[in-house]
Amino acid sequence: MRYSAFSVFLNALRGNKGWRPAWRSPVPKNHYDVVIIGGGGHGLATAYYLAKEFGVTNVAVLEKGYIGSGNVGRNTTIIRSNYLLQGNNPFYELSMKLWEGLEQDFNFNAMVSQRGVLNLYHSDAQRDAYTRRGNAMRLHGVDADLLDRNAVRQMLPFLDFDNARFPIQGALMQKRGGTVRHDAVAWGYARGADMRGVDIIQNCEVTGIRRENGRVVGVETSQGFIGCGKLALAAAGNSTTVADMVDMKLPIESHVLQAFVSEGLKPFIDNVVTFGAGHFYVSQSDKGGLVFGGDIDGYNSYAQRGNLATVEHVAEAGVAMIPALSRVRVLRSWGGVMDMSMDGSPIIDRTHIDNLYLNAGWCYGGFKATPASGFCYAHLIARNEPHETGRAFRLDRFARGRMIDEKGVGSQPNLH
Amino acid sequence: MASLIACPHCGPRPKEEFTVKGDAAIVRPAPDAGEDAWYAYVYLRDNPRGRHKEYWHHTSGCRRWLVVERDTMTHIVYAITDASAPGETA
Repeated sequence: MRYSAFSVFLNALRGNKGWRPAWRSPVPKNHYDVVIIGGGGHGLATAYYLAKEFGVTNVAVLEKGYIGSGNVGRNTTIIRSNYLLQGNNPFYELSMKLWEGLEQDFNFNAMVSQRGVLNLYHSDAQRDAYTRRGNAMRLHGVDADLLDRNAVRQMLPFLDFDNARFPIQGALMQKRGGTVRHDAVAWGYARGADMRGVDIIQNCEVTGIRRENGRVVGVETSQGFIGCGKLALAAAGNSTTVADMVDMKLPIESHVLQAFVSEGLKPFIDNVVTFGAGHFYVSQSDKGGLVFGGDIDGYNSYAQRGNLATVEHVAEAGVAMIPALSRVRVLRSWGGVMDMSMDGSPIIDRTHIDNLYLNAGWCYGGFKATPASGFCYAHLIARNEPHETGRAFRLDRFARGRMIDEKGVGSQPNLH
Repeated sequence: MASLIACPHCGPRPKEEFTVKGDAAIVRPAPDAGEDAWYAYVYLRDNPRGRHKEYWHHTSGCRRWLVVERDTMTHIVYAITDASAPGETA
């Protein structure tokens, strides 16, 4: 069924009895052309683009939990393409362009809201760094505006501009950045893939990968053996666990990142704002809750829950930026498992096994990349060659000394 | 993660006093060990879902390097020893 204002109206007249589940719950077939491990945003987007753009429809997405239970439903919903480095910038801009047309493309309301992303700067040095980044963005055809203190004050008068230690001097703004309703992204891609024949198999955990003559022939799962022509990993925080099944050691550590939402407030913060003197980012959801987060906790974890010390740290950074937050009550906090790579950038590549593909290392920037990641990964799987904007994300870049280290901190995952 | 880490020198101390360096199983290769060995040392890490040994530095305490063995799924801490203890370092 195609969703439209007319279909909403018609179903309302018919007592809303005409709605059907957005995707099927199929019994897995014995064999698929492509099996994708991981039914998160990236796995579902990959299946969607495989079916829609590359004509590969005999595809299964295996998800060990339920759709939306992992990081695609746990992030702070921010989209942006304000990257500095050559390998990153065109890729994230492709993602932004796909976000801009996504709802029409997959016929689902994902509440894409280009409300603007502001990165605050607090010193001359930081202003220079942001100027450089803004110029790099503009050279790649991405929008960027450097705002001075007064321009920021007009937009966000409640910030602590005269903070004694971190006075706010201005901000780098990307107007096209913003937020997207993350659950709807998972559901929209799942529905779009399912409509085109992809089997989405939930509660199906992969326990082993069967190989014959140096090629993958299928996966052992909690629902039995499923054969495949090509196998694509998109397991995010569990990438290492899956890669271990084919004796592949990855330049990745799994870390926990927490996110928070406050009680509902009247409209307060119109944009996405990030603190430049610490790590804190905040936006306000349509329900009124402030959605915010900060750094990863800093220790390896698969637990999907974090530590109170980080909660305190995030709250301190938030109050330093917006003093009024000190009176706001936090409603919920939660954690997700991040596949932190050694240079802070992702991997979309072939592997040492011919028909095995890898999509991993998204650190805590995976949500904004969902459409481009799915598109580039689908391109790689279908044509066996990388998409032009995803060429830099090679697995062997570490060995070859071609790191894409946006933050410049070296091979220490808990610092990215 | 446990909120207190029992430093063998200082006793139970808040986790925030420590800096996590990561995987304690990696061994620094000889200077002439070759590119593969150095690549593995710099970039590849054990990342188990379960028991894991890591280097932790007691940055705001005794400033000793420790080896913390803990579970990455349950966050239970099993053992904490000084990194110079026999059998702990390469």
